[in-house]
Amino acid sequence: MDAAAKKELETVVLKVRMGIIEGVHSAKSGHPGGSLSCAEILTYLYFVHMNIDPENPKMENRDRFVLSKGHAAPALYSVLANRGYFDVGLLKTLRHIGSILQGHPDMKHIPGVDMSTGSLGQGISAAVGMALSAKHFGQNYRVYSILGDGEIEEGQVWEAAMFAGNKGLSNLTAFIDYNNLQIDGTIEEVNSACPIDKKFEAFKWHTITIDGNDFDQIETALREAEAVDKPTAIIAKTVKGKGVSYMENAVNWHGAAPNDELYEQAMSELKAALAGMQ
Amino acid sequence: MSEIKKVATRVGFGNALVELGAKRDDFIVLDADLAAATQTGMFKKAFPDRFYDCGIAEANMMGIAAGIAATGKKVVCSSFAMFAAGRAFEQVRNSIGYPHLNVIIGATHAGISVGEDGATHQCCEDIALMRTIPGMTIINPADVTEAQKAVKAAFELDGPVYMRFGRLAVPVIFDDSYRFEVGKGVELRAGGDVTIIATGLLVNEALQAYELLKNEGISARVINMHTIKPLDRDIVIKAAEETGAIVTAEEHSVIGGLGGAVSELLSEECPVPVLKLGVYDTFGHSGPAAELLDEFGLRAVNIADKAKRAVAMKK
Repeated sequence: MDAAAKKELETVVLKVRMGIIEGVHSAKSGHPGGSLSCAEILTYLYFVHMNIDPENPKMENRDRFVLSKGHAAPALYSVLANRGYFDVGLLKTLRHIGSILQGHPDMKHIPGVDMSTGSLGQGISAAVGMALSAKHFGQNYRVYSILGDGEIEEGQVWEAAMFAGNKGLSNLTAFIDYNNLQIDGTIEEVNSACPIDKKFEAFKWHTITIDGNDFDQIETALREAEAVDKPTAIIAKTVKGKGVSYMENAVNWHGAAPNDELYEQAMSELKAALAGMQ
Repeated sequence: MSEIKKVATRVGFGNALVELGAKRDDFIVLDADLAAATQTGMFKKAFPDRFYDCGIAEANMMGIAAGIAATGKKVVCSSFAMFAAGRAFEQVRNSIGYPHLNVIIGATHAGISVGEDGATHQCCEDIALMRTIPGMTIINPADVTEAQKAVKAAFELDGPVYMRFGRLAVPVIFDDSYRFEVGKGVELRAGGDVTIIATGLLVNEALQAYELLKNEGISARVINMHTIKPLDRDIVIKAAEETGAIVTAEEHSVIGGLGGAVSELLSEECPVPVLKLGVYDTFGHSGPAAELLDEFGLRAVNIADKAKRAVAMKK
């Protein structure tokens, strides 16, 4: 990736982070930590990698994306809004009565959302179904998903992994947002699914481990995934709460909204970083 | 009297899939290692490249079905009622029901007539579970003819459909001229003293109960309620108004099934006695299906007894 392209993405992802904070602050609830950790992955997918058209969100042969860790909805919504699927101003209506922006992704009402998710472990099965549908009906689109490192404690994830591996669904790429924190503590403290790569490999997946907050590494991994004849799991090591100083690696920001004071602090940090880009 | 032909409703499910498969190639069939039992095996044999076995993983199968449907394609998935509605309830609710996706769930081996496998497989809660999901259509065919027609009709619907089939061979009631319409109950016998609203294999028992009651001078109306959701409100309210007493009959718990649906409607629209015949808040157990149906009181004579009580309760 050349320097100009990277700078552009670094600029976009700061705006995405601001949208996350705007939404969660306005909702007085939501999940900022795990939204901020996967912001680079979502930004790269929607701004560079996927074959999509914000003007035609239901384009038949579009690449599909399933946010299996549906509680990172603020990140998905912010990326979709910044990409032009809907007005950025809507982000402040997150979780409000009457808003299309439900607490978790709702494919029936939100332009650009390909699957309703939120109950952990279910999205990846739907992504597998989409990949199967593409292969079966001879369509060449690809399917992407993001799972949480806590989410993969759900048994259904491994049912889905087994099926995708056995069927050789090479058009499927799943990111594991490995930020090492879940609601009750670190994943080791709770019930670790590690080693994550070895588990997916045992289920006949190709695996790649990267820094999931680094655009170059995301790009390289996605290119590698397209070249293999298996489904690919990209284990993306990330920082929970990335980009907001007091939220980074802090488990208490999994599912809490900043008060007005902390909101101002987060926004000024992000605005300063944005100013530094220009 | 000639031998009554008996065929399981699940065979109608398999027949319909093969018939549809010959006409269109725009759908996929999924099973969870029960194809030989659910009868999706008939489709698998005819169209092996359009059938995918998900293995013993019903939750994932529901998610895969949702994903296929989300790409705009039709999909049928099948397992036993216990696992389709029970184990995978939350997947059906959140991945299929909430986004209102076009998934047909073919749930076989419902009710206590599963027989020898016993309580772990005798699902008498599936209708109740599925009824609570907004937008879910629930169809429980009475015989193989109706089952086959219902599957074809379900393909034309928008949104998820839960179809309930049995393991046991049951009498063939309808011939090819039978007209099936989703959401429209069918009056099979006219009558003015009491109405028996039955579904699934209890429809045939209800027809026999009609004869028993007739011999005792009671005129029973018999309605086949193949679609439990959306319930045919008009035919139920009309029956309550005209006959003043209702008996519901189903191979399902009396909690939350057809009896629950009819009671909920009539308590608000036309309160009359509604006596529910079904499985009375208990688990089943192993045994031959026919003997279990006797033991659990799911027979014509039991329906007739209820009908007489219902008539006596009329004001």
